[in-house]
Amino acid sequence: MDRIPILRMGRTLLVTVQVDMHDQLAVRLLDDLTEMITKTRARGVLIDISALDMVDSFIGRMIADVAATSRILDAQTVVVGMQPAVAITLVELGMELPGVRTALDVERGMELLNDAGDR
Amino acid sequence: MTPAIADPTRPVVRVDITENEDVVVVRQRAREQGRRAGFSLLEITKLVTAASELARNTLEHGGGGYAELEVCIDGIRRGVRMRFVDEGPGISDVEQAMRDGFTTGKGLGLGLGGSRRLVSEFAIDSAPGSGTRVTVVRWK
Ligand SMILES: Nc1ncnc2c1ncn2[C@@H]1O[C@H](COP(=O)(O)OP(=O)(O)O)[C@@H](O)[C@H]1O
Ligand SMILES: [Mg+2]
Repeated sequence: MDRIPILRMGRTLLVTVQVDMHDQLAVRLLDDLTEMITKTRARGVLIDISALDMVDSFIGRMIADVAATSRILDAQTVVVGMQPAVAITLVELGMELPGVRTALDVERGMELLNDAGDR
Repeated sequence: MTPAIADPTRPVVRVDITENEDVVVVRQRAREQGRRAGFSLLEITKLVTAASELARNTLEHGGGGYAELEVCIDGIRRGVRMRFVDEGPGISDVEQAMRDGFTTGKGLGLGLGGSRRLVSEFAIDSAPGSGTRVTVVRWK
């Protein structure tokens, strides 16, 4: 399958990245998410990357783009489950992922989104 | 670059880079070689990330080419050597290209500078009209 599935839970979209994404797949995910946020009037996007054992500058940029795009569409993005080795490597690569909120796991990510929604 | 000797018991792995999926294959091969060299998870992650950046450059900027990955030894040290080769347009100002944030495309300009930080040794040989060869070694 050449598409990463997006799950809709109320006004939250959940994406679980389980494959080693090639660039085209990452770009398609960004497009699909943008469309879904608009269509479902989602307020939150949760991206679970716990299965990703590498994030390079391309995938990092895709994540930052999702966060920036969702913000414009009045939705929050939270990235959950980034492996410590991946986080350390990203910093050394020179990517700090500004404006991207992170949480330890899906549950805490959900809490973060709910808190933001209450305000 | 230290005269690292290729481990004679481990063959060189070659990956042709002509499409997006090949970058993923390079990442997988880098991971395998890192494991063979006895790398920790963090060392493997750094190696694989550098491999991904350089393989993407071979594809996007070099118009395709190939990668060679091998376990190497230097005394009791083990490492992984990776070579990325293309016959593309080459780079006219290598120093400028290495700088963080410099890009002639739509990238972030972190591939060369970033991958250099993620490995132990980094050499680039490139000139307009004669392609690009990047050789890196990460020691355990
Ligand atoms: N294999 C290559 N062949 C030709 N030019 C290259 C190659 N690799 C890198 N470059 C040049 O160096 C620049 C910086 O590369 P890099 O740091 O990876 O950033 P990015 O790929 O995001 O542009 C590229 O924009 C390109 O101009
Ligand atoms: Mg690059």
